[in-house]
Amino acid sequence: MNRLFYIIPLALFLFFAGLAGYMLTQEKAQTIPSQMIEEPLPEFELEPAFSGLPGVSKSDFVGGEPRLLNIWASWCLPCIAEAPHLERLNREGVEIIGIAVRDRPEAVADFLNRYGNPYSRIGSDNISSLMIEIGASGVPETYVIDAAGNIRYQHIGDVRAETVPVLLEQLEMAR
Amino acid sequence: MIRLVLAILLLLGAPLAAPLKAQGTMPPAPYAYTQLDDPALEAEAADLMETLRCLKCQSQSIADSDAPMAGDMRHQVRSRLLAGESPDEIRSWLTQRYGDYVSYEPQVSSTTWPLFAIPLVLLALVALVLLRRLGKRRAADEGAE
Repeated sequence: MNRLFYIIPLALFLFFAGLAGYMLTQEKAQTIPSQMIEEPLPEFELEPAFSGLPGVSKSDFVGGEPRLLNIWASWCLPCIAEAPHLERLNREGVEIIGIAVRDRPEAVADFLNRYGNPYSRIGSDNISSLMIEIGASGVPETYVIDAAGNIRYQHIGDVRAETVPVLLEQLEMAR
Repeated sequence: MIRLVLAILLLLGAPLAAPLKAQGTMPPAPYAYTQLDDPALEAEAADLMETLRCLKCQSQSIADSDAPMAGDMRHQVRSRLLAGESPDEIRSWLTQRYGDYVSYEPQVSSTTWPLFAIPLVLLALVALVLLRRLGKRRAADEGAE
């Protein structure tokens, strides 16, 4: 019994060393999911990000069909990659409302000229206020908002070809 | 030759770098780098900011980080303190949005309670073992006399 007792610290050490070794081989979770899913959007009003489209407020999400809220920026490289997929969602009849983060009007216009414009409105969020309100931690992120203005789904990172059907399904579920 | 290759690479890379720079050239949020006028309130802000985690650079607090997002979070902290919210209210406002992740101050919750309980249990165990040993030794000493 006594000898067994002395093995306990060694066993504990080996257990923790093994655990640490195992965790090192696991992929680190790089994303921080929003805790605001199923919560209503806050009341907000954002100025137009450039002269071509109107700004965004909460009331733009209320009524009609579920919509996508896309957080992006002209300085964000993955946003270039997701542009054609947002375009496709738009062709499927989805209204996409954009939030341009820390961006200049001329840069926004230039980006849309180059990579296409799937947005019905773009609001300008220069101090990440709406981002923080809805628990977004980076650019780009895409949210499904139902017709009552509730957040229903969050996609972190750029929208890819394989994300399009997921978003369409989530939009259908949000009806 | 190497210079030529470098020059061409730089030229090719320049248009990629330009949009990246735009994020840095936007003016920061008003209270990102500006302290509050009231020193007591600013001290509260500093204490709070040191225990809030930057979401873009996850090993730094928002007080340490130069990421634009961290600046925007500092702006939230300072402007909310100025509006009369308490540091605890601001912390829970953020954890409502980002979960425990955003806070460096450990909270006792359904997943973290073992971290707080285990040291207490171990201490109790050690105390028990010590008491028994000392008790035995005393009994042995008394028996020998």
